[in-house]
Amino acid sequence: MKSRWLIPALIAVAIALPWCFYDWGHHRHAGFLLSMLSQMGMMVILALSYNMLLGQAGLFSLCHATFFGIGGYATVHLLNAVGAGDLPVPMELMPLLAGLSGLALAILFGAMATKQRATAFAMITLGISELMATAALMFHHFFGGEGGVTTNRMIENSLFGLTYASGLQVYYLILAWTVLATGLMYYLTLTPLGRMANATRDNFERAQFIGYDPRMVRFLQFALSGFFAGIGGGLYAITYEIVTFDALAAPLSANALLMAYIGGTTVFGGPILGAILITLLQSGVSLLSNSWLVYVGVMFIAMVIFAPTGLAGIIKAHGPIRHSGRLGSLVVPYLRLVIPSLGLLLGFVGIVELMSFLTIGAAQGRKLVLFGGPVDVHAALPWVISCGSLILGALWLRIEAAGFHRIWENLTAEVRR
Amino acid sequence: MTALTLRNVRKNFGATEIIRGVTLDIAPGERHCIIGPNGAGKTTCFNLISGRFPITSGEILLNGERIDTLPPHKINRMGLSRSFQITSIFQRLSVFENLRCALLWSRGYRYSFWSPLWRQKALNEAAEVLLEDLNLSARRDILAGLLSYAEQRALEIGMTIAGGASVVLLDEPTAGMSNTETDYAMALIRRVTAGKTLLMVEHDMKVVFDLADTITVLVYGQVIASGPPVEVRANRAVQEAYLGALE
Repeated sequence: MKSRWLIPALIAVAIALPWCFYDWGHHRHAGFLLSMLSQMGMMVILALSYNMLLGQAGLFSLCHATFFGIGGYATVHLLNAVGAGDLPVPMELMPLLAGLSGLALAILFGAMATKQRATAFAMITLGISELMATAALMFHHFFGGEGGVTTNRMIENSLFGLTYASGLQVYYLILAWTVLATGLMYYLTLTPLGRMANATRDNFERAQFIGYDPRMVRFLQFALSGFFAGIGGGLYAITYEIVTFDALAAPLSANALLMAYIGGTTVFGGPILGAILITLLQSGVSLLSNSWLVYVGVMFIAMVIFAPTGLAGIIKAHGPIRHSGRLGSLVVPYLRLVIPSLGLLLGFVGIVELMSFLTIGAAQGRKLVLFGGPVDVHAALPWVISCGSLILGALWLRIEAAGFHRIWENLTAEVRR
Repeated sequence: MTALTLRNVRKNFGATEIIRGVTLDIAPGERHCIIGPNGAGKTTCFNLISGRFPITSGEILLNGERIDTLPPHKINRMGLSRSFQITSIFQRLSVFENLRCALLWSRGYRYSFWSPLWRQKALNEAAEVLLEDLNLSARRDILAGLLSYAEQRALEIGMTIAGGASVVLLDEPTAGMSNTETDYAMALIRRVTAGKTLLMVEHDMKVVFDLADTITVLVYGQVIASGPPVEVRANRAVQEAYLGALE
């Protein structure tokens, strides 16, 4: 009942957001915001398509960027062909072709990888990832080597007469495809294949004894997830007009995993949350700090240990309490968690930044500025404060967390009754 | 023609011969129980018939067709379905979804990624009817992994018969159940396997002698007796090897 207005509302917000930051004085859109939103769109597709494997089919793939990347490379070449007048394809359908190239490659690699299960599957996908990364550096004609391949998206071929000269038009193209791809991926979860993918995740063996070849189920799921990843890659190519090795290399595969996991693999929309959050961190925190990847990494580890269901899982766990109207009784316990958490966080950030400025920062000739004042990274005081804050925060949080745990248990027990 | 035939089936695990030449003929509609001491190879027999393990030598025929070289899913599609001694269900799917999954292949959905499940009226009704049959309607939307043990066993049986297989193999369906639960489970099994060929491994002698048309006694991978309950009960070799302790 709630999701009925949630989805249109989200789409409306995504449409309106660029206009909220429109610079009326100079009559232009905030470029930073547009590029961040565009990035979010393609990352949402990447994370959701990855979760077709991880969350829905229980397949731990390490080569998902391969299909994203191939979609990107294919699009660059297609755009160049259209631009040269060799191919009559409108811009709006480009991501579809990118998806098909992802699908083709995923059929090939999926046939290999889904022969095996569990660890062996993961290792095959790792091999595929390395293979593609090597291929990208070796075969210059298609991949362009380290420099990548460039294109120009102004191909003057559009269903709606658009030029895609502005970031806004590109963003709306991305948004449209993100909504479409998300809708299709959701639809897939409601089909026999989608349901059997869940079944083979839960019990590979049993699926065989109700007439299904679980390898075929996984192969098809793998191929389809490659299709969607390819769409994401196509949007990437259109946005940046250059595709390099980065678009198919292992770090992006890891990013897909990170986004899906942090967002939550057990809920369909979880990876959307993860993609938005990680992109925000990537665009926002990376401007403020050299160490943003450290924070993402630590957040990932913390999630795996303390909240394996991800953000969406945490939200979902509040469902029964919300239905019984008791959500209010959690406000104070949560506030009590916030204070020690902030201490822990500030201490941790302090130490990371101090260390970072001791080495990288010094090399860049920058000065650490915290809370509006310069900080001397060689003095003892900042280190003492950071360490103290970290340790005290951690100890205090342990006590508060135990208390919170008791309250939570009691509340869920009451609600269940 | 027999529903299920085993001809001199043998199975080695490494150098050890676990099944040592089993020959069985099971007529259509027969209720056939396999009994035997622990380690006799009863479950291994099921694993061979259902295609979970390949046989070392011999032949297995389902309705006159060789199945001993086929993978489990193909054997299942030909009309042979099995349950597991250790409950084997889809833990993170709801009870309803478990049953619906078990119905899918036999209803021709194959690997469809285009038909929306919520609009498959006949399929969904069949799943609801099964829920009703298994007395699990009240648990419809609970995750299967959260059911009680007896309920999980009922679900296991439901998933086994859902596809409409003509030959049903049940591996100790009442293992670990209380007396009342056993009675209930047996009534359920009789109801849902009516008209089907039933092959069952069972330890509870009361259940076996109540239900079976034919009993086969397996000891150390060999059939030492096979026949109607009265004959098997009177058989000296059986009494010595197995039943002796009971009488």
